[in-house]
Amino acid sequence: MKIRIEKRLEIPRYAGIIVPVISVAVALLIMGIILLVFFVGRLGNLSSAFRETVEAYKEMLTWPFANRYGLFSTFMRMVPLAFVALGLSFAYRMKIWNIGGEGQLYMGAMVSTWGALFLFKDVKSPLIMIVLLSIVGAAAGAAWALIPALMKAFARTDEIVVTLMLNYVAIFWVDYLVYGPWKDPKGYGFPGTAPFPDQARLPSFFDDEFHIGVFIALAVAVLLQYIYRKTGWGFNSQIVGDNLLAARYSGINVRNYTIIALVVSGAIAGLGGAVQMMGVQHRLQHGFSPGYGYTAIIVAWLAKLNPLAILLVSFLFGGLLVGNDQLQMFYKLPMALISVFQGLVLFCLLGGEAVSKYRLAIVKEVPENE
Amino acid sequence: MEDFPVLEMKHISKSFPGVMANDDISLQLKKGEVHALLGENGAGKTTLMNILFGIYHADRGEVFINNGKVSITSPSHALKYGIGMVQQHFTLVPSFTVAENVVLGLKDFGFVIKTKTVESKIKELSEAYGLPVNPRARVWTLSVGERQRIEILKLLYTGAGIIILDEPTAVLTPQESDMLFKAIRKLVSEGSSVIFISHKLDEVLAISDRITVLRGGKVVGTVEREKIDRRGLVRMMVGRDVLLDQEKPVVETGRAILKIENLNVKNDKDLMSVRDLSLEIRSGEILGIAGVAGNGQRELAEAIYGLRKKVSGRIELDGHELRQGNVAERIRAGLSFIPQDRKTMATCPNLSVMSNLFMKNSICELVHCSPWKLDGRRMHSKADELIGEFSISTPSAKTEVRYLSGGNLQKVVLARELSNEPKVIIAEHPTRGLDIGAMEFVYKSLLSQKERGAAILLLAGELYEIFRLSDRVAVIYEGQIMGYTPPDPSYIEEIGFMMAGARQEDH
Repeated sequence: MKIRIEKRLEIPRYAGIIVPVISVAVALLIMGIILLVFFVGRLGNLSSAFRETVEAYKEMLTWPFANRYGLFSTFMRMVPLAFVALGLSFAYRMKIWNIGGEGQLYMGAMVSTWGALFLFKDVKSPLIMIVLLSIVGAAAGAAWALIPALMKAFARTDEIVVTLMLNYVAIFWVDYLVYGPWKDPKGYGFPGTAPFPDQARLPSFFDDEFHIGVFIALAVAVLLQYIYRKTGWGFNSQIVGDNLLAARYSGINVRNYTIIALVVSGAIAGLGGAVQMMGVQHRLQHGFSPGYGYTAIIVAWLAKLNPLAILLVSFLFGGLLVGNDQLQMFYKLPMALISVFQGLVLFCLLGGEAVSKYRLAIVKEVPENE
Repeated sequence: MEDFPVLEMKHISKSFPGVMANDDISLQLKKGEVHALLGENGAGKTTLMNILFGIYHADRGEVFINNGKVSITSPSHALKYGIGMVQQHFTLVPSFTVAENVVLGLKDFGFVIKTKTVESKIKELSEAYGLPVNPRARVWTLSVGERQRIEILKLLYTGAGIIILDEPTAVLTPQESDMLFKAIRKLVSEGSSVIFISHKLDEVLAISDRITVLRGGKVVGTVEREKIDRRGLVRMMVGRDVLLDQEKPVVETGRAILKIENLNVKNDKDLMSVRDLSLEIRSGEILGIAGVAGNGQRELAEAIYGLRKKVSGRIELDGHELRQGNVAERIRAGLSFIPQDRKTMATCPNLSVMSNLFMKNSICELVHCSPWKLDGRRMHSKADELIGEFSISTPSAKTEVRYLSGGNLQKVVLARELSNEPKVIIAEHPTRGLDIGAMEFVYKSLLSQKERGAAILLLAGELYEIFRLSDRVAVIYEGQIMGYTPPDPSYIEEIGFMMAGARQEDH
């Protein structure tokens, strides 16, 4: 008798909930050990280090969700994640791997800044301004995604490489502008543009702690849910995603679908960039996104590309980011340790997902007839 | 030439769910001979060789090498017994050099590869056998023919004495094939034995010493090359056991619905594989196309359906010329296609039965709803209706089709392709791999479509099926129609002649 690892035929339904929970628990456990070692080094004895670790954990897990300021911060972090992840889901459903969410987010932010500060500076109505900036932001993201889309559709290039490379182009382009021509003369030398005028800011509540971007994300998610579930497009995109040859056989114009998938994907991420500018940043800054576009890949994937689940997962990831900020501020943990922690969470989530495809089986050995 | 068997397979049987791939097959390979395994696609050739090579395990049967019984459990195990196989899909690392690929997987070259020694040995072998290839070239820069030579050199390098070549010429140009044949001759003259798998008659006749013909997983017979001709082989391949156990419905045929004039189509290798072909099918008529596989049947079907671009010619459906490569237009015009690749083309394995039933853009016509607001309830009830009508056995309409058996999967395809009252149906090997019950179902469905007035183009390997269903039989050879006969077994000789390349007026 021996134990063998074999692939599951079907992944049970409950695994979708239990596996991520266990994975996060494992990540917390491993991080706990690292934190404990860190605090022992700082405080010198084990028992106070242990108490400090428990306290830090409590802070990290409760602050982002259990009080007003924490919760608002969580929502703020959630919005860009949700927009990019929603956009990615549109392409991923067709197995078109857009890795360029970060670049599309940057382009949306950049062009909406251009609109707010230069192009539409005479527009006085907040409603018109916000609509205009949203449109140009989405258009910028769409245009940025159109490049890999056309290359894929007509020259069969690999969209993964092209979208990834375009991220760097977008980031450096923004850097050029905020260090150069768009730099705010009154900005004390910081790399950023002048602030947005009041009419280019999203309505917000609770002393500006909470802006309406969350509701825009919710609206996009509901719209996508409808498209995926109820329209011919959603139906056909499943076919393209599952079997390209079958899609051709069904009379689907695969080239058009490829182009539209990437363009819409980029448009939603670009809209996210515009919302981030209008709602939170109010100016274009160097490095305004700490990698939302990349984290969103994981968010979209963990949510199984379901738009409503993406909202939930990006909320939880937002909370994770806020909790980490908290640790950094109040426990003076080095930034590197925070990065280790985020890495651990992702690693365990992905690992858990992979492991759940297998199961342990006890097999009786059959004697080989030689 | 010595005459004892270096390899013997006795009473090998292997079944897959729903199919008996090998049924009591016995085979003897003598030292220094080229032994051809001939048979249609799906006759069980590749399965048999995969058993010999240790990829599959036989359900029953024994393998002897040099008169000793062996049990081969893996390809590396097979190599130890001196058995090497060149698969249809090559197993080379594109970014490695030829020499690196040759030693890849060998255990005895030590930690550092002695590149010089390996290269010179490859050079020696490649000159000795007339298989020119530069040992330093990186594989990705090489042609398909050169890659195949590397695979063969790899086997020679390891000293394999029994070499299996699975459809080796399928990817080669005629010149490369000649070169390969010379190498095979050289190999056997030095005492190696070769098993040559093919479904092409000419090649088999050109290269083999003995020929074993397989059909439907069984051995039809083993013959000496000298004692058989092309015609005899065709007869063995397609069989004589053609029965007509059911009357065909008599239908008044109407006007010509599908008209093809001077059609030329290229295959994936960019060779012309349908040449100047013209045909006509009337409503209420089934035209069966007989021919050895690989004579342009697939390209013909794909060109009519718009998946493959035609080079020239005219395809007309009910009086309207069909444009180049536009599948959606053809679906709307009432053209249905039952492709031979059920799993890779006709269905999406990970989607539900319902999604597969509505896969074509005809959902909105079937359930009368807007593409902006699909009506889930109506789709569901329509799906359930089709599941009942075509007696698809599935737990529910939501089950993913990869869980269905071959027969049920084909019923899903039939339900989709036939429920929309098509004007023309192309059926490509519609019963391949199905059991008797499912086969009967396919026959009945096609015949009832004919009664309804559809024009049907049937491309099948089994003559039995063609006689059973067709109103006329056309024989295709190298992309051309050699002639027509009535669907009557008494014409089997004539059909055999034409399948082997003779024109009807020749005799």
